[in-house]
Amino acid sequence: MSTAKRLRKEKIAKWIMRLSVLVISSSLLLIIGTVLCKGLPYLSWEMISQSPKGGFYIGKEGGVLNAIAGSLYLATASTILATCIGVPIAIYLHVYTRPTSLLKRFSKFLFDVLFGMPSIVYGAIAFSIMIWLGIRASLLGGIITVTLLTLPIVVRTISELLHTVPSDLQQITTSLGATKLEVAKILVLYIKPGLFTATLLAFGRAVGDVAGVLLTTGFTDNMPLYIDEPAATLPLAIFFQLTSPIPEVQGRAYASGLLLTLIILIVVICTNLLASKQKKHKL
Amino acid sequence: MKFRKFKDNLFKSHSILLLCLAIIVFIALFVGLLVKSLPLLQAEKLSDLLLGSIWSPQKEAFGFLPFITGTLWVTGIALVIAVPICIMAAIYLVEYGGNSLRKLVLPLINVLAAIPPVLYGVWGVLMVVPAVGHFIAPVFSVNSTGYSVLSGGIVLAVMIFPIMISVMVEVLKTVPQDLKAASLSLGATKWETITKVILVKARTGLLAAIILGVSRAFGETVAVLMVCGNVPGIPKSLFDAGYPLPALIANNFGEMMSIPLYDSALMFAALWLFIMILAFNIVSRMILKQMEERL
Repeated sequence: MSTAKRLRKEKIAKWIMRLSVLVISSSLLLIIGTVLCKGLPYLSWEMISQSPKGGFYIGKEGGVLNAIAGSLYLATASTILATCIGVPIAIYLHVYTRPTSLLKRFSKFLFDVLFGMPSIVYGAIAFSIMIWLGIRASLLGGIITVTLLTLPIVVRTISELLHTVPSDLQQITTSLGATKLEVAKILVLYIKPGLFTATLLAFGRAVGDVAGVLLTTGFTDNMPLYIDEPAATLPLAIFFQLTSPIPEVQGRAYASGLLLTLIILIVVICTNLLASKQKKHKL
Repeated sequence: MKFRKFKDNLFKSHSILLLCLAIIVFIALFVGLLVKSLPLLQAEKLSDLLLGSIWSPQKEAFGFLPFITGTLWVTGIALVIAVPICIMAAIYLVEYGGNSLRKLVLPLINVLAAIPPVLYGVWGVLMVVPAVGHFIAPVFSVNSTGYSVLSGGIVLAVMIFPIMISVMVEVLKTVPQDLKAASLSLGATKWETITKVILVKARTGLLAAIILGVSRAFGETVAVLMVCGNVPGIPKSLFDAGYPLPALIANNFGEMMSIPLYDSALMFAALWLFIMILAFNIVSRMILKQMEERL
């Protein structure tokens, strides 16, 4: 093959690769742009500040405050629960167990698999357990389901963070006579910004999840006041409003989508800020 | 000293308790799925369930073939679109792109990963479905509403971009510099080095990334449900509507109480998903682990 031909091939390949990067980056802009374009005209203060009034679903007045509140309650509660359960587990697995122990390897595998499990599976199981126990769809059911969903995220992210801590630190602290709990405290101090990153990741996933809450949390037009009552969530509100044939209601679905996007973007930006802090901390 | 020891032990037993609790809950979930789907498995043969194509719960006919093929179609299309794009982009980011490009693109991909499925669904309904219905289908002179397996595949492809890219970038970074240098010094162009050295060296890792993408695509529910059309028949072309397994569970749960075996059937669908994703995860983990050991 002549050199010119080989070089031409190189050039074509390079352009295809550039195009691929462009496609991927632009897909994000397309998604956010579409939601922004369609949602912005329908976004109003009324949308954010009111819960649905009578006839909301045929295009009369009201907003999605109940869904926003429901989503935030649900995500906050389950993120706190998942952090409280997940952080000790991750620390235990890292500090207390030997690298070769069967328990450690098994739980690592378990959390890896659960990390990839689709939320509909969690939702289906939780729903049938709730029927079996005679509990109806409620905020509590949703919180438990979403906690199960976010627990693997917390455990995995924190385990990975703990792996980045230099092992010297652990050995030095131990050699100074610290108990394992005291070692763990030092490690937690070291990964502190990352800890918040993990929590935020879990929060983002919890806010956006649909399939898990579809069956377990139910849907209602009232503000969520009690934990044993059904609650609306933002993704479900989008989902239901979008299936309506009335343009006004569909428009509200786009506006709700925009609100959800904003929440997610805030979460992502905070995560990135904290992650860059973690990097500085390391140097 | 005693108090410090006591605190240490307290924390230890507390975390063991939490860990055991978590493990027990998750195992109980699996067993629960199994127990719930047993009535159906006892009533009908496994082969009938998986290969039967008639889905009519009223007549107690539970053929999962339309849903399994629906899932396969959507996943297959998503892979055909996403795999080449992701491999090309990952190579460009690692081999050609400078640090500044990586710093620009990788955060964007993180945002893409954080976007909830329902927003992908909204995007699919607003953009992909009309595009498929009005522009792509007429090119092949087919009449389609746009709600088709192709739309589902496109939306899914975008959804699996982030996980595939991020794993592929990590994998490509592990290819030793020496190998590249040796190939380049023998007079190969950069592209030849990529196809004949880097891709060969990294192929198992890339495979693992693809499998992770597949497992993500398999379980995706809401986004696909919104754009796929949900007609329980076997799709015959790109422009036919499909009905993937997760969508089946999401759409029918809650209204199956009156028909015997119906909830068992839906649980069986969930179990099937669980097993498939377990298998995908085990395979990709084994591949990645082997790679780590070889380094």
